[in-house]
Amino acid sequence: MIIKNGRVIDPKNNMDEIMDVLIENGKIVAVEKNLPCTGHETIDATGCWVTPGFIDMHVHLRDPGARHKETIASGTKSAAAGGFTTICAMPNTSPTVDNEIVVEYINSKAAKEGIVNVLPIGSITKGLHGEELSAIGEMKEAGVCAISDDGKTVDNPSLYRTAMKYAAQFNLPILAHCEDLRLVGKGQIHYGEHAETMGFRGIYPEAEEIIIARDIILARLAGAQLHICHVSTAEGVELIRQARKNGQAVTAEVCPHHFTLIDEDITTYDANFKMSPPLRSKPHRDALLQGLKDGTITVIATDHAPHHEDEKNQEFENAPNGIVGLETALPLCISELSGLMSPMQIIATLTANPAEILGLNKGSLSIGATADIAIINPTQKHTVDKNKFASLSKNTPFHGRQVTGQVQHTIVSGKIVYSAK
Amino acid sequence: MKKDLLGIRDLSKEQILAFIDEAKKQKAKVKNKQLRDCSLKNTSITTLFYENSTRTKMSFLLAGEYLGAYADDLNIATSSVTKGETLIDTGLTLEAMGTDIIIIRHGMTGSAHLLAQNVSCSVINGGDGTNEHPTQALLDVFTIAEHKPSFEGLNVTIVGDIANSRVARSNIFALNKLGANVILAGPSTLHNANMRALGTEIYTDINRAVKNADVIMGLRVQLERHKACQFPSLAEYAKFFGVNNQTLKHAKEDVLIMHPGPVNRGVEISSQTMDSPHSVIYDQVENGVAMRMAILKYLVS
Ligand SMILES: [Zn+2]
Repeated sequence: MIIKNGRVIDPKNNMDEIMDVLIENGKIVAVEKNLPCTGHETIDATGCWVTPGFIDMHVHLRDPGARHKETIASGTKSAAAGGFTTICAMPNTSPTVDNEIVVEYINSKAAKEGIVNVLPIGSITKGLHGEELSAIGEMKEAGVCAISDDGKTVDNPSLYRTAMKYAAQFNLPILAHCEDLRLVGKGQIHYGEHAETMGFRGIYPEAEEIIIARDIILARLAGAQLHICHVSTAEGVELIRQARKNGQAVTAEVCPHHFTLIDEDITTYDANFKMSPPLRSKPHRDALLQGLKDGTITVIATDHAPHHEDEKNQEFENAPNGIVGLETALPLCISELSGLMSPMQIIATLTANPAEILGLNKGSLSIGATADIAIINPTQKHTVDKNKFASLSKNTPFHGRQVTGQVQHTIVSGKIVYSAK
Repeated sequence: MKKDLLGIRDLSKEQILAFIDEAKKQKAKVKNKQLRDCSLKNTSITTLFYENSTRTKMSFLLAGEYLGAYADDLNIATSSVTKGETLIDTGLTLEAMGTDIIIIRHGMTGSAHLLAQNVSCSVINGGDGTNEHPTQALLDVFTIAEHKPSFEGLNVTIVGDIANSRVARSNIFALNKLGANVILAGPSTLHNANMRALGTEIYTDINRAVKNADVIMGLRVQLERHKACQFPSLAEYAKFFGVNNQTLKHAKEDVLIMHPGPVNRGVEISSQTMDSPHSVIYDQVENGVAMRMAILKYLVS
């Protein structure tokens, strides 16, 4: 296969040029100008970006346990439609991914029905209960790329320090969901004037900031590699900035919804705007954008969290947290970040940077690399339509939103797994 | 037919004043036992209360009866809600049985709005979480209107558990729209600075808060708040934030004492003050029926 005349953006190799990409036997064999087409299937990428396939460090697939929300088949189709060729599956399934058998179940399911690469993440504690360590070493052997109790914070600092130290010997990063649930209490949306107007109890940003500070200090003590999930607060960004300045191995991700929307966008009591952490106020959102711009935040991850329509269409307080994100991520990145970051910087947050944090030999268009590629039309305007999602779930606050940027083709190991209609 | 009454936030000043006018007429009719108004003949109303209430539920059922409606209560404790039926399904079931107006009270913010979006019959918000209790605020401003010539520049001090009070919030919205000054008072743990954005002043010193007050509105202290350690004891609450005859000295001479009930005597308001001529607490109860008649008539008009 040959991809002709695209603007090849490959942050790992610091390349941003019109090039052709030649793929043979699932590998990239040449990235050059004016490659001859003879005898190859050709994709004309004129006007498009040709980038490494995206890597999403933060996805909730619902298998095992809740296949009515998402299966590995539907979740990977959704990923492909969003340009993602590798997704990391959070362990809060039922049962929890806390031992190698569940890891192997996901691996075999992914091999059978997945159309993109699925990398399981193991839990830190058994059942996410925060009491006993999961089978961290055995899960590493079975192929987990990181450990996380996402959805919760490991409350007990002594246990957490132990887990961090133990994980470090296996070179497993800790993906930390930072939130003190006792301080969140019955809060539903960001604490502030808007929560007051809507009649909601507020969620203090401090509930996140306190735990980010604690986790950075604990990781320093344990010598662990710490990655902060879905940072949403200004002081959270600042804490990460300082830790990185001090040379500590701390990275962070931001979700497209947190840099696109703010609390004031919640004007009805629609639970499709409910997620954890919540949409914050404008100063927090601006701090996230600044963090992206100055390189404090190096990863964009979706926190793709499928839920059935009936589960979202209930009392806000009763509805589960989270929104689907795989199919809206790229257009939101292009629409919201284009004035702030170069295409190379944007693509790095979706490819080379997550690959580096997870120690993956992915996220580049290097010669010899597996041909996981996204082809993007960066100027195509369209309207988000949840009914066209490949995901089984439609829980998005972006339905009907005008966006720019569309995935044209997604290629995994040299095979086209998605093409725009 | 108007669809719903979900919050004061959605109402105009003119609409609030129209409710007050209509409630006046209904009150006179109830007083004179002239209950021949059949505006709600062939209309069925159902109260759907997920939280306890005496006043709101009873006054709606009575208001419905007085207007010739079929009025009934869905007893949550014995209904299929206890079997896990969702709010939306319960609403659709009531609608299928012919209910025209559902009055809902629910412990979660936005639940009345959720119900209204999912049924085609009318929905009245009888209190949703920490958000709004519009019919209470309407009967409160009606009660004030009976005693004060105008709302413009009126000083209304609301005392107590503001943070968790939908009564306070709906009154803040209503009074602001009508041109009154709203002052909040209570322990610092039961309000927050963001409430200034709703157009209020906030004090923790109750004597300062009631200075020149035309109206003092007490709010019920929820005993579970006390258990959640928002303040140390009821005695301490009464000492620092209770309204008593000493407090009244800082207010205007003709100050009105109001309370949505039920009152914890000696905690929010001293017995003496409650039984003083300043108190219009029982007028509020009486006005509740008249105002709810006005609201029901509005929805079917
Ligand atoms: Zn999380």
